[in-house]
Amino acid sequence: MDLTTFLIQCLNALQYGLLLFLVASGLTLIFGIMGVINLAHGSFYMIGAYMAFALAPFVAATVGGGFFTTLLLGLILAVALGYLLEWAFYSFLYTREHLQQVLMTYGLILVFEELRSLLVGDDVHGVQAPDFLSGSIPLGDMMVYPVYRLFISGVCLLLALGMYFVFAKTRLGMMIRAGSTNREMVQSLGVDIKFLYRVVFAAGVAIAVLAGMVAAPVSSVYPGMGGLVLIICFVVVVIGGIGSIRGALLASLLIGVVDTFGKVLVPQVAGVLVYVLMAVILLWKPDGLFKAG
Amino acid sequence: MYRQFKPIIRWVGSALAVTAITSSVALAQNTGKLKVGFMLPYTGTFAALGIAIENGFRQHVTELGGKVAGREVEYFKVDDESEPSKATDNVNKLIKRDQVDVIIGTVHSGVAMAMAKAAKESGTLLIVPNAGADAVTGAMCAPNIFRSSFSNWQPGYAMGEVMAKKGIKKVVTITWKYAAGDESVKAFKESFEKGGGTVVKELSLPFPNVEFQGLLTEIAATKPDAVFTFFAGGGAVKFVKDYAAAGLKANIPLYGSGFLTEGILDAQGASADGLFTALHYADSLNTKRDNAFRLTYAKTYRMQPDVYAVQGYDAAQMLSIGLSATKGDATKATDISAALRKATIDSPRGPFTISAAHNPVQNFYLRQTSDKEKENKVVGMASAKLADPGRGCKM
Repeated sequence: MDLTTFLIQCLNALQYGLLLFLVASGLTLIFGIMGVINLAHGSFYMIGAYMAFALAPFVAATVGGGFFTTLLLGLILAVALGYLLEWAFYSFLYTREHLQQVLMTYGLILVFEELRSLLVGDDVHGVQAPDFLSGSIPLGDMMVYPVYRLFISGVCLLLALGMYFVFAKTRLGMMIRAGSTNREMVQSLGVDIKFLYRVVFAAGVAIAVLAGMVAAPVSSVYPGMGGLVLIICFVVVVIGGIGSIRGALLASLLIGVVDTFGKVLVPQVAGVLVYVLMAVILLWKPDGLFKAG
Repeated sequence: MYRQFKPIIRWVGSALAVTAITSSVALAQNTGKLKVGFMLPYTGTFAALGIAIENGFRQHVTELGGKVAGREVEYFKVDDESEPSKATDNVNKLIKRDQVDVIIGTVHSGVAMAMAKAAKESGTLLIVPNAGADAVTGAMCAPNIFRSSFSNWQPGYAMGEVMAKKGIKKVVTITWKYAAGDESVKAFKESFEKGGGTVVKELSLPFPNVEFQGLLTEIAATKPDAVFTFFAGGGAVKFVKDYAAAGLKANIPLYGSGFLTEGILDAQGASADGLFTALHYADSLNTKRDNAFRLTYAKTYRMQPDVYAVQGYDAAQMLSIGLSATKGDATKATDISAALRKATIDSPRGPFTISAAHNPVQNFYLRQTSDKEKENKVVGMASAKLADPGRGCKM
């Protein structure tokens, strides 16, 4: 591997790592901070991707299109969905056993998959990247790099910074962190913890939906796509340390590097490398890289 | 964790199904109905394929007046979820519980292998309407196991011949590391290197991983004359789009097994335009037989047929030919086998025969994708009357 190829591979690794963080960050909130084992996270991601596919023509017909208008509309719907789901289902789960959380969120996967099948069908669909992001940058003498992929990385960095800022620097973040450590104590201090959690959950769903919408032009939308990202999202959160946004970002980048170079250098075992990485890190640090609280 | 609860849910589901079906089974045994069991994916990534296969099969049975070899047809269905770990349980629901006369299935090669094993043991007639695993009509072959589709070996081998004839010398292959991908690439290499070309690098990634960027960079660094690939479904959409987005399409032509562009052209858009693939069917064959088939299918099901529908349709044709020779007795595998090996099946894809190992001997068309017409257009013959070698088959 010469230097140019190596550098391009590093870019690939970085870009994949950031994409992973984007997809997993919603889970960091819901599983990492709120402590609910949310298997339906992949479904939220899938819903986002299908929103990008289904909303774009609708937005084009009503307000004449616009990539960011579609994103905004999707986010509003996602917050509403998240708020509703928390009220109807998840709010009953906080004090229950993990097994019951698994059972219910697994049930939601089945419901969402079936709804998707009924509403949109089982075909694979492509989503167009917006025109102003559809260009590409030359890279070496053979390849070009699509601008849209860089845009995804940008979105991801912004999201990481934003999440870090909210949790580490604001009063709201402080209350959420306190709530994850001791729910009753925070409540007795006069914080409406129920409402707070409903908001955090809605935010988690919105971030997963955003990830799906932003990734759709690159990943396409197809049945079962949520299941594919679910496992790797849990790996990210567990390696990073439950509840740590910093950890999730670092874990995503690590997985990006291991996966990209693994596929190129040792393709025979590429499938298990990520899990070997997880095992090694958990042996070394049983709570993940950064344990919050 | 994710999988733990599937069995429970399935158990509840099948418990309900058993109570519903037992009464009808008792009836069926005396009326001499032909029990056909579909074991197909009705949920998951391959759901659309399972439905197309069933539609095609039913279309031919309807053409026969609802009867095969004089016996009225009764259908049983099992969703195989494309899940190899449940395949043996699932196929036994049809063999032992429903006691079907013939099983039609399935799409996923891993599931099909388990079905072939069960069919070989029980002697139940099995027609595989898609799964290409070479071993189904190779090492696992049996008098009662047939295939109406293709072997993974076939489209790969056909494309190797085409590319060698074009004078292409250096090729990189890329696929998922699983049976269909491996077998396809191996067959490609066999014919391509026989024709004077060299496979300079074989790239692969774990199924169903779709992060191709690192491997695309490898291709750019290797600078081959062309790339041969096997991908299908959602992965094929993403691969073709990524390949074009990385700027490789303009510099290094991409060739593939036909599944690369089958049924997903809308999603691939302009990035698939002009790609060459080899398959035993195409959208624009424009024969009288195919046009009639397509018209009826479109009218009945309100959607366009694809290669999977054709394979389902031909599974019904094969069943009808086989059972006509035994006056409807599905247990006489040797007689059914003899009849089918002599027969020419009048398929929408063009007439084909059945090899000694029970795989179709058929034409593989060279197709070029047209984005404007959203079609895989036939541009020539990749390999005429191509027969799978049936390696390892002892019958």
